[in-house]
Amino acid sequence: MTINPNTPNPTTRKPLSVLKRYLHAACAATALLLATGSLAQAADLNALIWCDHADPALLQPFEEANGVKVNVKEFEGTGAGMAIVEQSQPGDWDVMVIDSIDIPRGVEKGLFEPLPEDKLPLADLFPQVKLDNYTVVDGKRYGITEKFGYNTIGYNKTKVDPADMQSLAALTGDKYKGKIAIYDYYLPVIGMAALAIGRKTTELTEADLPAIKQELLRMKANAKLVGEVTASQTALATGEVDILVGGGEWVTAGLAKENPALDFSIPKEGAVLWSQSLAMFKDSKNKDTALKFIQYIMSPEGQARLATSACYWGMPANTKATLSDEQKKILRFDEQPDFLARAQPYPAPDADLDKKMQDVWTEMLQAQ
Amino acid sequence: MNSATNSGRALPRAGRALPWALVTPALGWTLLFFVLPFVAMAFSSLTPHGGGGFTLANYSQFFTNPAYWQAMVNSLQVTAIVTAVSVLLAYPFAWILAEQVPERWQRLALMLAVLPFWTSYVVRSYSWLLVLAQNGVINRALTGSGLFNEPLQLANTRLATIIGFVHFFVMLLTLTIFANLKQLSPSYRKAAADLGAGPVRTFLHVVLPLTLPGIMVGAFLTFVLCIGDYITPQILGGNNELLMPQLVMMQIGRRGDFPLASALSIILMAVVTIAYLACARWLKIERA
Repeated sequence: MTINPNTPNPTTRKPLSVLKRYLHAACAATALLLATGSLAQAADLNALIWCDHADPALLQPFEEANGVKVNVKEFEGTGAGMAIVEQSQPGDWDVMVIDSIDIPRGVEKGLFEPLPEDKLPLADLFPQVKLDNYTVVDGKRYGITEKFGYNTIGYNKTKVDPADMQSLAALTGDKYKGKIAIYDYYLPVIGMAALAIGRKTTELTEADLPAIKQELLRMKANAKLVGEVTASQTALATGEVDILVGGGEWVTAGLAKENPALDFSIPKEGAVLWSQSLAMFKDSKNKDTALKFIQYIMSPEGQARLATSACYWGMPANTKATLSDEQKKILRFDEQPDFLARAQPYPAPDADLDKKMQDVWTEMLQAQ
Repeated sequence: MNSATNSGRALPRAGRALPWALVTPALGWTLLFFVLPFVAMAFSSLTPHGGGGFTLANYSQFFTNPAYWQAMVNSLQVTAIVTAVSVLLAYPFAWILAEQVPERWQRLALMLAVLPFWTSYVVRSYSWLLVLAQNGVINRALTGSGLFNEPLQLANTRLATIIGFVHFFVMLLTLTIFANLKQLSPSYRKAAADLGAGPVRTFLHVVLPLTLPGIMVGAFLTFVLCIGDYITPQILGGNNELLMPQLVMMQIGRRGDFPLASALSIILMAVVTIAYLACARWLKIERA
């Protein structure tokens, strides 16, 4: 038997060289995985979304029709979404769902691609939700509103007098003390507090904050909890509370089948219009597919599926959404012109005022 | 001969390198997933929101804004109560498990003790919310039995947060104290009995001091996990008061104020470090 002198004897192998060999093998395997991963991604559409877009009933028809896989990543809040983008490589993401009022933030950061208006059903949208002052920057459209609704009063009509829910004053009176939940998002609820004291959401300044804070503290004194979406819904569904401040159709519509007693009102002072938009990334490698995706979401079929998504319901921006009569009834589709006429837009503060608003909100949360 | 000489030199070198080779993955892991993120976070905490330059404003905001400061006070209060209650409940559990339950049943009992860990944190918190709710099991039992006419406000309170935390951490503490009790040699108790000590005196002067390390380790783990938890207070506390993790999350959600969130996290870490140092000093771990 001959022994090749170059063959290392396993029993006398240096530990470091063994480690080195394993590291080389591991690196090669990782590189291979990354390469195949990036190849797979090239054929996919990568979407930064809110949870309603993760519904397979919404995504599957698009995937099957176009032979692509939509990879989704959920986030909550524009700040968190922007952080994901900043930590990603250019081109990692193709489309993003974002608060309509935050589109200029993305444009300012150079993230978004202008959208071709002639290829989008803009004429079919409710005119009030196009929100061109946010979705169009320097004459170019960077986003299109896909879904909207109202931060308003959600309630159980068997437990409260629906007539009382026609005024925001009911939230600070004694009648429903301890039966109220507040939706845990400072901007819309601050908007509602502004409406309650007779201020317009588009004209808020720092000088309004003391009065808004007092109004928030009065609401808090009546509230049992300040909860995010799931906690608010749970509280309303289980009878823990009878009224949800800041909740609207997105809470009551989703629970309508289980509890038809839930409803929402647009009080005489108004409600705060929320809207979410779709935007395309400037560095997207799949701009054609991204546009197809936006067109699908904005189509009557896509709009109906998005409006009734498992995560939460909301009004489709497209007036031609193919909703069933029952779905339209739950969403109170026919009443939208009246609701929209009374709704005011989300407050859109600059960075400084936004910070001060959040501080007011923090103080309200800490108040006992 | 040459070859033998070479391998004779190589082996000690390899021997010296081996410990480093073995410790390198752990060092790399710590560097990559703790030191570097920590440095990045510390750096971020010293920059203004939006970037550019250095500032201490993020830290000064914490110390000058009473609402922020109150979040730390709330966190410390909740954590202290949870830790104390968990220790008081866990010690008897661990004692019964180690001393009273027959050996052959201990494995089953331990498995039952770790069952809470099998459930998702979120699911468990929501389950507690339903139990404590106005129409929940407890309130129905209280009003149904005639003890109370009106349901009690249990959910969405600090009490609910504490109950949720204690449910989880009491088992963690039970396991650490149980391990400590099992390691305790029976000869200590025999010696104490021989010297005339009764069961209470033996427990207070022998068993308790010797199981103190287990209690302190478990209490420290409880402290760390509790003060940094976001989910349970968010779900069960009803957001009626802010704790530090919730305050940190608030900065990130819409505004993406990572510098302020970083500063708050660094302050939270400083508190945990102080707790650890106090714990280590008290137990004189540094001498071990």
